[in-house]
Amino acid sequence: MSIAAFYFGRSRSLAIVGGPGHGTALHSLPGYYGYYVAIWCILPALLLVLSWLLVEPRLVVALVVDGLPGSYENLSAGELNLLINNIKNLASGDVVSVDVDAVLREAATLFNAYVAKSRQLLAVLAIGVAGLGAATAWRRIEPDLRARNRVENVTRWLLIAASSIAIFTTIGIVLSVLFEAIRFFQKVPVSEFLFGLNWSPQTAIRADQVGSSGSFGAVPLFTGTLLITGIAMFVAVPVGLMTAIYLAEYSSARIRGIAKPLLEVLAGIPTVVYGFFAALTVAPWVRRAGESVGLEVASESALAAGLVMGIMIIPLISSLSDDAINAVPTSMRDGALGLGSTRAEAMVKVILPAALPGIVGGILLAVSRAIGETMIVVMAAGLSANLTANPFEAVTTVTVQIVTLLVGDQEFDSAKTLAAFALGLMLFVVTLFLNVLGLGVVRKYREQYE
Amino acid sequence: MIVPGMTGKRTTREIVEAGLSRRRRKEYLFRLVGILATGVGILFLGVFFASLIAKGSTAFKQTFVQLEIKLEQDVLAPGGELDLQYADFDGLVRSGLRAQFPDVTRRGDRRELYRLVSVGAGYQLRRLVQEDPDLVGTVQTLWVPVSSDVDMLFKGNIDASVEEAFRTLSDNQIAWATALQEGGRIRSQFNTALFNNGDSREPELAGIKGAVMGSFYMLLVTIALSFPIGVAAAIYLEEFAPKNRWSDLIEVNINNLAAVPSIVFGLLGLAVFINWMSLPRSAPLVGGLVLTLLTLPVIIIASRAAIQAVPPSIREAALGLGASRTQVVTHHVLPLAMPGMLTGAIIGMSRALGESAPLLMIGMVAFIVDVPGNFTDPATALPVQIYLWADSPERAFAERTSAAIIVLLAFLLLMNLAAVIMRKRMERKW
Repeated sequence: MSIAAFYFGRSRSLAIVGGPGHGTALHSLPGYYGYYVAIWCILPALLLVLSWLLVEPRLVVALVVDGLPGSYENLSAGELNLLINNIKNLASGDVVSVDVDAVLREAATLFNAYVAKSRQLLAVLAIGVAGLGAATAWRRIEPDLRARNRVENVTRWLLIAASSIAIFTTIGIVLSVLFEAIRFFQKVPVSEFLFGLNWSPQTAIRADQVGSSGSFGAVPLFTGTLLITGIAMFVAVPVGLMTAIYLAEYSSARIRGIAKPLLEVLAGIPTVVYGFFAALTVAPWVRRAGESVGLEVASESALAAGLVMGIMIIPLISSLSDDAINAVPTSMRDGALGLGSTRAEAMVKVILPAALPGIVGGILLAVSRAIGETMIVVMAAGLSANLTANPFEAVTTVTVQIVTLLVGDQEFDSAKTLAAFALGLMLFVVTLFLNVLGLGVVRKYREQYE
Repeated sequence: MIVPGMTGKRTTREIVEAGLSRRRRKEYLFRLVGILATGVGILFLGVFFASLIAKGSTAFKQTFVQLEIKLEQDVLAPGGELDLQYADFDGLVRSGLRAQFPDVTRRGDRRELYRLVSVGAGYQLRRLVQEDPDLVGTVQTLWVPVSSDVDMLFKGNIDASVEEAFRTLSDNQIAWATALQEGGRIRSQFNTALFNNGDSREPELAGIKGAVMGSFYMLLVTIALSFPIGVAAAIYLEEFAPKNRWSDLIEVNINNLAAVPSIVFGLLGLAVFINWMSLPRSAPLVGGLVLTLLTLPVIIIASRAAIQAVPPSIREAALGLGASRTQVVTHHVLPLAMPGMLTGAIIGMSRALGESAPLLMIGMVAFIVDVPGNFTDPATALPVQIYLWADSPERAFAERTSAAIIVLLAFLLLMNLAAVIMRKRMERKW
C-alpha cells in the first residue's frame, strides 16, 4: 500500500509541474514526494497497529471478566488469573486444568469472538488510517513543498529512536529487575538476603508444612560464585597473559597467523558446549585425579567448572592484553632493548608496567564475564549451597540459582521466583560496576598513548 | 666507588658478564612459559574436538534389525475396515520378533525380547500401511530401528563382562542380539531420525529438527529486527549525533550492554515480554526479541567501525556537490560500509545462535516433540536442546548430545566462514 502511495506521490508531483520534463520546477526530486506520501501512509497506521496490539489483550480479558456471571465476582487475584488462563487455553484449544463447565465454555467463545472482532476492527481502521494519511499527503503536494527536508526529518527521528533503544534496554533491565527485587525485599529483609548464611529457597504450598519459611541468605551463593570465578581467573590470567606476550613478542608471523584464529575459535564456542565438556569430560577426570592422590572430590566440584570457565576466558584476556601490549609505544621497547636488556626483561620491567592499566581493565572485564557466566556452572557446578572455600566440594552460584528458581512452573509472585530477580539485580549491579570500571580504565589508557 | 687499579672490585663489564648466563636462562624460561601458555589453549581445542568427534560420530549411524512382519488382516482391519488409529502395530512387530526366536516362551523372557526393538518400529509400520493400504495381508521384510540399548551394544558402549545387574541389557538380550547379528539381520545405517525428528524420550527416535527450526525462526526474528535497528543507530551516532551528554550516554550504554551477562537479558525478557506484554511463553518470537536486544550492541559496534572506515573525503566530495547529509549517507556511506556491517551482523547472529542462558528464562526449555511451524509455536533452540540432552541419564543421549554439538559448531563455522570470506572479498583499501 505504501509502495502504491510512493508511486502516486511521485507521479502527482510530476503531473503538477506538467510532466517529467519539468522536474526542475519542483523543490525536491520527484522521488522525495513519493517517500513523503509513503511515510504518511505507513507510519500512522503502523503506530496504530502496535499500540492496538499492546492494549488488546488487557481489554479483551477485562471484557470477558465483565461478562462472567456474578458468582465469579469476588475471586482473589490469583484465582482470577487461573480462571483467565483456563479461558485462554480453552479458547486456543489447549489442555485445561479444571473441569470445563458451561460458563467457562461460554467465556472462551466470548473471548474468541472479542479477539476476532478486535482484529477485524483493527484491519479496517489500519487501512483507513493508511489511506487517509496517504490522501492528505497526496493533496498537499505542490511545487513549493519542501518534501526532501520533511522526509529527512522523519528519517532523522527514526534514527534517533533506533539509537535510543540501547538506553531503553538498560532502563528496561533496571526497572524489571528492580521492581521484582523490591517486592522480594518486602517479604525478606535486605539484611537477611545480603548477610544470611543459609540458602534454601523453599516456599511451602501450605502454611503448616515443615520448613515453610525458607531461608534466603545469599552469602553461600556469593562465595560460591567468587570461588569458581577465582579458579577461572587463576587459570585464565597467567595463561592468557603469557599467550599474549608470546604472540606479541616472540612468535613468528606464521605461528601468530595460526595461533590467533585458533584462539578465536575457542572464544566462539557456545558456553553450553563448554558446559557439556565440563560436566561429562573434565569433572570425571578431576574426580579420578583427586581420588588417585587420596582426595575426596565431589562429582560436581567447583574445580571442574572453574577450570573450564578459565579456558573459556583465555581468549578474552589474551586479546585484551595483546591490545594493551601493542599500544605501548615501540620506542619504549626499543629503548629497553638498546640498553642491553633481554627481551624478557624489557617485557617484565618496561612494557608490562606501561601496559598494566590496560591489562587490569581487561581482567576486570573478564571477571565480570566469569561472574555472569551461566551455562557452564548450571551444567557442571552443583545446586547445594555450601559455604566453603574448598575447590573440591560442590558449590552453587548466583546464576545457577537464578536458572533453577525460574525454570519450571511457579506462581510469579512467590518469594522463590522473586528471589531470582533479587539475585539478578545483584548480578547486574556487580557486573555493571566491573564493566564501567574496566571499560573506563581501558579507554583512558588507550588515550594516554595516542 | 670504583677506583682504578684497585683489585677485588669488578668492572661493569665483568658484572654484566657474570650475570649473563643467569639472564639468558631466565629469558629462555620466559619464552618457554609463553610457548606453553599458547600451547594450553590450542591443546585444549585439540582435546575438545577429538573427544567430541570420538563421542559424537557414532550418533550419525543407527543400528537396524531385519524382521519379517506379517501384516495380518484381522489385526489391522478388524471389521474389514483399515484402522490406522488403534490397530496394534507394536503387536505385529513383536510377533515378527517372536518368529525369530520361537523357543522364547516365558512371559518375562518375551517381554525382555520385545525391548530389543524400538517403539519406532510400530510407527514405521503404520506409515507404511498408511501409504499403501494394499500391503495388508502380505508379509514384509523390513529394517526397523533397534532400541537405544541394543544400539549401544553394537557401538561397543556396553561392556558384556560387567555383572548383569549393572548393565542395561540382560545376558539373554545380549545373546539374542548377537544371534540376530550372526544371522545377518543387523546392519548400521545413516541415522536419518536425528535430522528428521523432533525431540523424544526414546534416544533412537530423538532428533534435532525441532530445535533447528526453533533456532531458525528465532534468528529470523533477530536478524529482521537487530540489523536495521543496529545500522540505524550506528548511522545516527556516527553521522548525525551532536557530541553532547546524550550521545555520550548512549555510547557508554551500548558498550556496557555488550558486557552485561546474557542471563540478565533473559530476566528482562521474562519480566517485560512475557509478564507485561503477555506474549506466549516458549515462543521463537520472544526468544528472537530477547536475542535482538542481546545482539544489538554487537551489531552497533561493528557497524560504527565500518562507518568510521569510510574516508571523510567521500563525504566531503558528496556534500560539495550539493547532496544533503541524508543523501550522503544513503548514497555513499551506507553502500561503502555495507560489507563491514554485514560481517558484524553475521558475527552477531553466530553469537545469538550459541546463546542459551536467556532462553532458559523465557521457557524455551520445555520438552517439545512437535517441530515448530511458525513464530508463536512452542519451541526450543539448538543450544537448549544440547542442554536438555546433556542432562538425560541415558547413555545414548550423551552420544546424541555430541552429535548435536557437532551440528551446532558446523553452523557456527559456516557463518564465521561466510563472514571471513565476505570481509576478504569486499575489503577495500583507500
